[in-house]
Amino acid sequence: MKQSNSLWKEALGDQIPPDLGAELDIFENEVILRKQGKIDEKVFAETRLRRGAYGQRYDNGKRHDGVESRTLAYPQTELTKGPHTLWDAPGMQRIKVPYGGLNAEQLEVLAELAEEYSDNIAHITTRQDVQLHFIHIEDTPALMRRLAAVGITTREACGNSVRNVTACPYAGVCRDESFDVTEYAKACAYFLLGHPDCQDFGRKFKIAFSGCDTNPCALVRIHDLGCIARVREVDGKLQRGFEVYVGGGLGTVPYVAKLYEEFLPVKELLPLAQAMARVFARLGEKKNRNTARLKFLVAKLGLDEFKRLVQEERAILTYDPRWDAIEDVAGIPPEQPARPAGLLQIGELPSDYAKWSSSNVYKQRQAGYNTITIALPLGDITADQLRGLADISRKYLNETIRTTVEQNIVLRWVADADLPKVYDELKALGLNAAGAGTIVDISSCPGTDTCKLGISASRGLAGELRMRLAESSLAAEEAVRDLRIKVSGCFNSCGQHHIADLGFYGVSRNKGGVAAPHFQVVLGGQWTENAGSYGLAIGAVPSKRIPEAVTRITSRYLNEKEDAETFQAFIRRIGKAECKKMIDDLGTIPPMDVDASFYSDWHDPRVYTIKDLGVGECAGEVITAIDFQLTACEREAFEAQLALEAGNIEKAGTLAYEAQLHGATALLNWRGHKHDGSPDGIVAAFREHFYDTQLFHDPFTGGKFAHYFFRAHERRNEPKTEEQTHHLIEETQLVIEACHSCYARLTAQPVGA
Amino acid sequence: MQHVNIKLFAEQPYPEDISKAIPVFHRWIQQKSMPGLLIDVADYAHVPQGPGIFLVGHEYHLSLDEVGGRLGLLFNRRESWEGTGVDALRSAYDLTIDAANKLVSEPEFEGKLRFNLNELEIVLNDRLLYPNTDETLQKLSAEFKEFLDASFGGTYTIKRAFADPRARFGVHAVRA
Repeated sequence: MKQSNSLWKEALGDQIPPDLGAELDIFENEVILRKQGKIDEKVFAETRLRRGAYGQRYDNGKRHDGVESRTLAYPQTELTKGPHTLWDAPGMQRIKVPYGGLNAEQLEVLAELAEEYSDNIAHITTRQDVQLHFIHIEDTPALMRRLAAVGITTREACGNSVRNVTACPYAGVCRDESFDVTEYAKACAYFLLGHPDCQDFGRKFKIAFSGCDTNPCALVRIHDLGCIARVREVDGKLQRGFEVYVGGGLGTVPYVAKLYEEFLPVKELLPLAQAMARVFARLGEKKNRNTARLKFLVAKLGLDEFKRLVQEERAILTYDPRWDAIEDVAGIPPEQPARPAGLLQIGELPSDYAKWSSSNVYKQRQAGYNTITIALPLGDITADQLRGLADISRKYLNETIRTTVEQNIVLRWVADADLPKVYDELKALGLNAAGAGTIVDISSCPGTDTCKLGISASRGLAGELRMRLAESSLAAEEAVRDLRIKVSGCFNSCGQHHIADLGFYGVSRNKGGVAAPHFQVVLGGQWTENAGSYGLAIGAVPSKRIPEAVTRITSRYLNEKEDAETFQAFIRRIGKAECKKMIDDLGTIPPMDVDASFYSDWHDPRVYTIKDLGVGECAGEVITAIDFQLTACEREAFEAQLALEAGNIEKAGTLAYEAQLHGATALLNWRGHKHDGSPDGIVAAFREHFYDTQLFHDPFTGGKFAHYFFRAHERRNEPKTEEQTHHLIEETQLVIEACHSCYARLTAQPVGA
Repeated sequence: MQHVNIKLFAEQPYPEDISKAIPVFHRWIQQKSMPGLLIDVADYAHVPQGPGIFLVGHEYHLSLDEVGGRLGLLFNRRESWEGTGVDALRSAYDLTIDAANKLVSEPEFEGKLRFNLNELEIVLNDRLLYPNTDETLQKLSAEFKEFLDASFGGTYTIKRAFADPRARFGVHAVRA
């Protein structure tokens, strides 16, 4: 699309490292060959994904515009960049930022790219990446060259590969860390980047590093491989190492990572990661993407067997000198301040400084220095703001900038004396929002704004909550202030809703034949202690009533908490049944002809729809039997959660399985399909009428949720651990969601039909 | 002339809520109110001095833009242009004026939004082709003059829009 695309290679010349330049030449040729139809679309899709070039919503050429689903008439109607992905449709470019580290020049190039190829916005993700949207595939080679010239690669930003290696953004300045993990994260990222042992995974592989085990800066326990810094004394000498966790992950069914080793000496870090990658590549699922993450392999093999296999693999690895070189990073000089600490001049403080300072300024362990968090609304930052930050980072720091998993940016090493000046300069850029790390600092995935999998408008909801909470006196209360809200547009958890105090993920509900956007409310997740435990869904609330749900839940906590009781402890004490009572009445909404606002999503006036279908005509229709039956399934799933909470694992497992069975039965009965009423008979009939026909298939995940059901049926009589039951309940919730979606798809008709 | 951007500035007082452009732009997509392929609407009203409400298109984007702290309607040509530079400017300008006229007559903005037709910002959205230098201005001045003489008429001043060498090349034209 850009006239200058072909000129950048020459213009940048030797600013691009030769190896990376050669890779980009290959990628550019692949773009050309695909355009000529000489590369298969599936192969090209994986090729571009491994370069971080992702699809976006409506790239199949269909979009519901509020009246009907219409074809987007892109110029090239036959040419695709992957299955069902049209060539000319705008896409997303993910840019890997290892450990979140950026310098001023890199910020400036990101600004240039946002302006020239995107929509003037760079978006910080929950894994410290940067994303640009609305990019044409033919612009991507030039864009990647410009990044390469400042030391950034997009290689393996998406696809079945080792994704961005994340790390605590306070590493090196944190008051609680064992040691600075920065250089270890960096060494790990570049060791595994393009490594031959990491090229044959069935799914992605995520790694995180944290300097401590308490703070929520790196969320180690939601990763495939997580490392927490540890120091031990051996023969009178201090030795650095890591407490290692494996097999964590959010996604549809979240798994908390298991402790793999209490102390791994740093020189064993890279060989362990390599050995683990080889085991994952060799034994990980390849055909079924839904069970292909490492967490499923660890669960399938058991931790001991997995560990034995990794150790076996480690023993036969060919020596790589980089393994030992990592020990040298301890000798790398630490970051230095650009200016003397000086003294904060109290008398000169700007009027709104105190509020900002209380939430956005972190006193570093180095006396006289601070790390400032720039709270980005929804992770968004403009090109001008990026350049402004580059200027600030040159003027006041040694360009020590990092992105965070809470979609913010931090400036490290700000001298005490400079704080008011830096504040003033941030204010001039519109980057002085207070509330970093508080209830108003809400994380969100892109949701229906740009993601193909989005079910509800997560950014719309997050924006609305942020605006309302910022004005609310409730959010100013200390106990409520430090809660975290995280929002995902669907069950895939990119917004990390499982680890929030108040988490939400998008679902749809059929109300009188009309689809309405909803969010499942997830309470009791823990973001501290590196995401130590996950919450469970307590019920779906119409999207437009989520702010009311937040007010009710937080008000009750404020009014009824005992002394210093935390929110999680409060939720545990009152129990999920009581939590559910708080939101139950919010589920009822007026018919569409009485109040249409419930049938469109936040900041999107179009009539809500899933799958580009319109809404039915029967807004005033009475509730049908299936509506009641699916509601009963949800109740059963909820009772299963309560049983688990009470320690009755067997009952919880039975209830969860039965909820799935009843969901399938509801669909069968609704469509008039006969069955003998026995579990085997129901499963057989369901398989015949909903699975084999693909009626139950989700447009994007296929038969995944039916597989959950079949597996639950096969294993219904096997004893289960608490963790397995927890997973079964999560899967049950998703099977019920799939029943709702199937019902909605089969009943919804285009407007005017 | 490639990737021409034109911004028409709004007159103060600005409308209280620019997010009212969201339903307007959705209607434009629905009703194909502008030429070319309009794809989707992105809401950046939450970003200070940002792209505001953004209408994503294939050939060009349109946005009710707040960059620089000044509200305006921004036209951004994405596709390569095969005609002359003057035609590129004229085409971009005509589309911008057309969109501005439509926007001010939409019920959400009627009487609440006006554009100043005596002022214009033109940006060439490609740093490699158009470095932000006096030389670029000199090189393109004849085309700018021809376009502005025809479209603006009368007496006007023109100068480089941004002093920062990192910015894109652009000019700011004001009718005297």
